[in-house]
Amino acid sequence: MQTWSLVSICVLLAIIARWGVSLNSYSGAGKPPMFGDYEAQRHWQEVTYNLPIQEWYFNTTNNDLNYWGLDYPPLTAYHSWICAYIAKTINPEWVELHKSRGYESTQHKLFMRMTVLVADLLIYIPAVVLYCLYLTDGSSKKKVSIMFCFLLYPGLILIDYGHFQYNGVSLGFALWGILALGLGWDVLGSMAFSLALNYKQMELYHALPFFCYLLGKCIKTGLIGRGLFLLVRIGVTVLATFALCWLPFLAEPSQAMQVVRRIFPVARGLFEDKVANTWCSLNTLIKIKSILSGDSQLYLSLACTLLAVLPSCIRLLTKPTFWHFKLALVNSSLAFFLFSFQVHEKSILLAALPACLLLNDLPLMALWFLQASTFSMLPLFLKDGLLVPYIVTSLGFLFFSIYLLSALDHCSEDKLRLGAYNKLFYWLPKMDLAFIVRWKFYISIAAMVGLSIATAVLIPPPHLPDLFPVLVSTTAFLHFLGTFIHFNVVQFSEPPSRKSQKKSN
Amino acid sequence: PEPSSAAGWASVIRRISLEVRFGAARSTDFEVHRNWLAITHSLPVSRWYYENTSEWTLDYPPLFAWFELGLSQVARRFDANMLQVENLNYASPATVLFQRLSVIVTDVVFIYAARECCRCVREPKGSRDVLSRPSFVLAVLLLWNFGLLVVDHIHFQYNGFLFGFLLLSVAKHLQSQHLQGALLFAFLLNLKHIYLYVAPAYGVYLLRSYCFAQDNKDGSVRWSSFSPLRLLALGAIVTSVCALSFGPFIAMGQLPQVLSRLFPFKRGLCHAYWAPNIWALYNVLDKSLAVLGVRLKLLEEAELPPASMTGGLVQEFEHSVLPSVTPAVTLVCTLLSILPAVASIWLRPHGAQGFLRCLLLCALGCFMFGWHVHEKAILIAILPLSILAVESREDAGIFLILTTTGHYSLFPLLFTPAELPIKVVLMLMFTIFSFTALRKLHSAQGSLLHPLEVIYLLGLVAVAIACEVVFPLSPWQQRLPFLPLLVTSVYCAMGVCYAFLRLYASLLLRREEKPKQL
Repeated sequence: MQTWSLVSICVLLAIIARWGVSLNSYSGAGKPPMFGDYEAQRHWQEVTYNLPIQEWYFNTTNNDLNYWGLDYPPLTAYHSWICAYIAKTINPEWVELHKSRGYESTQHKLFMRMTVLVADLLIYIPAVVLYCLYLTDGSSKKKVSIMFCFLLYPGLILIDYGHFQYNGVSLGFALWGILALGLGWDVLGSMAFSLALNYKQMELYHALPFFCYLLGKCIKTGLIGRGLFLLVRIGVTVLATFALCWLPFLAEPSQAMQVVRRIFPVARGLFEDKVANTWCSLNTLIKIKSILSGDSQLYLSLACTLLAVLPSCIRLLTKPTFWHFKLALVNSSLAFFLFSFQVHEKSILLAALPACLLLNDLPLMALWFLQASTFSMLPLFLKDGLLVPYIVTSLGFLFFSIYLLSALDHCSEDKLRLGAYNKLFYWLPKMDLAFIVRWKFYISIAAMVGLSIATAVLIPPPHLPDLFPVLVSTTAFLHFLGTFIHFNVVQFSEPPSRKSQKKSN
Repeated sequence: PEPSSAAGWASVIRRISLEVRFGAARSTDFEVHRNWLAITHSLPVSRWYYENTSEWTLDYPPLFAWFELGLSQVARRFDANMLQVENLNYASPATVLFQRLSVIVTDVVFIYAARECCRCVREPKGSRDVLSRPSFVLAVLLLWNFGLLVVDHIHFQYNGFLFGFLLLSVAKHLQSQHLQGALLFAFLLNLKHIYLYVAPAYGVYLLRSYCFAQDNKDGSVRWSSFSPLRLLALGAIVTSVCALSFGPFIAMGQLPQVLSRLFPFKRGLCHAYWAPNIWALYNVLDKSLAVLGVRLKLLEEAELPPASMTGGLVQEFEHSVLPSVTPAVTLVCTLLSILPAVASIWLRPHGAQGFLRCLLLCALGCFMFGWHVHEKAILIAILPLSILAVESREDAGIFLILTTTGHYSLFPLLFTPAELPIKVVLMLMFTIFSFTALRKLHSAQGSLLHPLEVIYLLGLVAVAIACEVVFPLSPWQQRLPFLPLLVTSVYCAMGVCYAFLRLYASLLLRREEKPKQL
């Protein structure tokens, strides 16, 4: 069948999956006084529509920053303003200043869900389609399968359409950036990534690989001459994009400083809820939070993050190919997630996006990690009442990716790039590593299923009320750590050029 | 075959996830079936067809009642409260879960039947890409049929289960296992009597092609080859199934009451939402003539009966200008419409394929001219037509028209804004797939659709946008709330009539060819 019809059917299926999830509950539904992320987004629409720009990030009588104050960069605020404008034409009650706090109704929920879907259709989904059609190898059927699995990734669907956020916009912009870099349009790529950064500051997780890749490329083309010219152009584009986004706030330095203070709140602790990163998991054994002071926590996490990120980025700097770029994206975002300060469980989505890019090259590892990332957010889904969508989307994703990508068939040592392990552990007796990996996969899936059922059904013993969230986050942490190590090994063991040099690098 | 089983698994997932995400207990059919579970479980058999505490009285044949009785035994373990007759509109989460699960589980029959149908399809020679093999295309057309998904899983009925029986019986006939086919149809008829629409096709076909074991060389009847044994076997099957189903009620002398429940002629010519059949066109003609007459001062406005026909109420009403239509008239029209088809397979049988065509024509004929037809009945014609569509180019063209129009006519069944994206996206998916797959299958023989037909189908898009988007925001919403329904059913009625005529043409003109043996 023609590719376009297959592509459109897959996109339509993805839309159905998203809309299906959106008919469920959202975060903070019916839970006054603070509600949840849904109410936060609605509140931002109210604030941006009714107040002048100068007051958006400041604590004034009209704008109480303690009730869901704006803490994302300006592009989010502009997006909220556009949504508010549309909301006002449909039903002004939705964005009335002060009076619309905690407003909940079926029509409003439909409207909010629609805004997410429209944003996805405009930004995220086209990026995925173009990436899979132009930057993956294989027959057209393989490309469509990859695209389908990419679009079905449950974590993003459940957070954006269930919990309610607009990650599709920032991740979409980042993906456009990656797409442009893959096609050799460096300036456009850097502009797209700057837009992503200006939408959500968490995209900084991806910033180092972008920087190292582009710098490495400039160095390679000669630091005197074309390379320098490219560097200058990229620098100018980035600065121009930032300036454009921050234009209203650049009139006074205090304005810009306040925005920065809101975006980077360093007054909080090492971690908040149960997150699947090192500090939270370490906390179960040694109570780090109480041993170290606030400042030393900051320095410790900074040091560890840098240590974890540097190897991969330096490797990318020396060998700036697209393949290394993709791997560096995963490694960098995982490093930040595992060791950084004040990480939220939703930040795993920043690592999941690059992992989806690797679905073609390393299907088993990628889908294993993606499944684990969805699993790690289970306590959040349970709190939002999204258990059933979680089960259905995870099972669907698992089934389709294993069947369509034949992930378990291409399980030879060579395909999994396990050669490096043989070299590293040469003193151990030779084992069938592929066999071991497959069995580890089965066991891990079984463990995730078991823990999911247990968390959903069983009641924890009274002296360990957080037993199941802790178990979930520790299991996920082990998975993430393993993935991090594996992808680092892969990045270091692979020869720099992949089999086809047709992608311009 | 491997790809079809994959399509099967994918469809199971799809159906389950549709059930799970969209299933809501607000459909009246949900309460209907809950009520029947309660009646069959809590009351003695003698009271089943007399019970009318709820307005949703038992109006399916007894075998379905026995089926509900069986289900109620399982229901007891979920939530015994749903089995109290007095608990009207009872919809606890356990009840919803049980009902939804029952639809999913009984769908297994449909999946099995689809598989059997795929096995009957001829595979052309030569290596083909998996996605364009006829059996795979048929599997997807059946399992992912938009109409069935919408009606069963979102609206709640057991149509998948029942259509499974119909398709299985058709498949058995295509495989020349006529006794099994007859048995399955007998079951089906006793489960839901709407399948009486296609009973003439079965009757005449079995009589002609099964009881008369051989034909003369020119295809006419060979009276000498009549086999009383076969006739006896058929009769035994039918009577035993009917006895199983109706037996207890005949013994109790309740047959008239049961029949009056099964065939309620007190309801009006058209359902609250007009099915896209001849009578919809008739109503519109009548209304427009009335309006025209008043404008041209040929009629007095006071003489006309009040505008109750388009008010959306189910009641008896009269036409103002054209003669009123009574149930007897519709019966006569229906019989007249299916007579040529039935006569054709008597005089010149074309084997099982001819039978299938006649079945389709009977279903469509009854849909077009029947009394109080439900728009869901169009599925009885669409599903078997899929089997013909993957094999012949002409049938594929008719299929595309009938399916697209028939499926669009189901849109008013889902009317909340939350369901708008779902129905649009599902419909788009199915339409894109059917068009591209069928075009690829029959690519060697030219295009499937005439340009005028393409224009008609594109007009559907315009109608859809007008009804779903433009109308609710326009000032007429208050004064003429039924207008979108009217436009939808009239526009679709034209497409359905056209498909009906083309199918007839393909049956009658096929006489010139050699009869195909399967």
